Amino acid sequence: MILKQDKLIISKKKFNSRLIVGTGKYKNMKECAKAIKLSGADIVTVAVRRVNITNKKKPLLMDFIDPKKITYLPNTAGCFNSEEALRTLRLAREIGGWKLVKLEVLGDKKNLFPEMIETLKSTEILTKEGFRVMVYCNDDPLMAKRLENVGAAAIMPLAAPIGSGLGIQNKVNIQIIRSQTKLPLIIDAGLGQASDATVAMELGCDGVLVNTAIAKANKPFEMAKAFKNAVIAGRQSFLSGRIEKKIMGSASSPTKGII
Amino acid sequence: MKKKIKIKINGKLNIIDNKTKISALIKNLKVPIKKVAIELNKEIIDKKRLNKIYLKENDKVEIVHFIGGG
Repeated sequence: MILKQDKLIISKKKFNSRLIVGTGKYKNMKECAKAIKLSGADIVTVAVRRVNITNKKKPLLMDFIDPKKITYLPNTAGCFNSEEALRTLRLAREIGGWKLVKLEVLGDKKNLFPEMIETLKSTEILTKEGFRVMVYCNDDPLMAKRLENVGAAAIMPLAAPIGSGLGIQNKVNIQIIRSQTKLPLIIDAGLGQASDATVAMELGCDGVLVNTAIAKANKPFEMAKAFKNAVIAGRQSFLSGRIEKKIMGSASSPTKGII
Repeated sequence: MKKKIKIKINGKLNIIDNKTKISALIKNLKVPIKKVAIELNKEIIDKKRLNKIYLKENDKVEIVHFIGGG
């Protein structure tokens, strides 16, 4: 398959890049905007928060990242129950008609694991309200199936705790989820370096979402480029069909004609 | 002198003139209307209706926008 024609499709919308990046944790908005540009991402996650009404000179995200050029994916990060998450996404939709959203309902302040009962409940309600919900979830194939059954637009299992940089902890679960669903499967949270993204893509994931690993790298711009290339490499590798694993060696040079 | 009322904007207490419309409040705050969403007492207000609603004592207004996040 020619990689140029290989698009990420979420809810019938096509995206060129399979790398989604977060816009948090950067030193400032200028740095964030430049890193996003270098990453080649078409989708960025954003948070919904109160406007600072006392300091009106504070720069706005939309002044740095044009929502007409890059798809904003409103996220419910920081919500700990269904009610908060629904409120946040309904407000996000009101800001500018965003229907494609990322649902993230957390259950524990330390490990930031998703609260899956509330997540499932919210996915169902939001889908009925016309949202297209990309769902942050744990790497549990049964729960992923239930999310799919209630209408999730994408399954987004964690690789490891948010911001941990540990990379994919349970490849087997990710492979099982991959084998059971045709929905976009996007690794969300826990990646630490570019090769982690390659691993995710080689497992057959449709994309990865990265924030901390780029924003908090010593050189965020260079890391943004590294992740861009890593995702492309991983996808290309996956589409190319890897060789079978064997426990014995298999010589690369012919044995015939050895002197 | 105009009667004053107490309302909360983004969690902070504000004293404003009685019979102030939400649209006037937003204008006074110099908030870019196209880039925000407004909630009155936990109910989202359609931007077309902002000039039809008068604020009253103890109203809670939330004005939100997008910021950087993961």
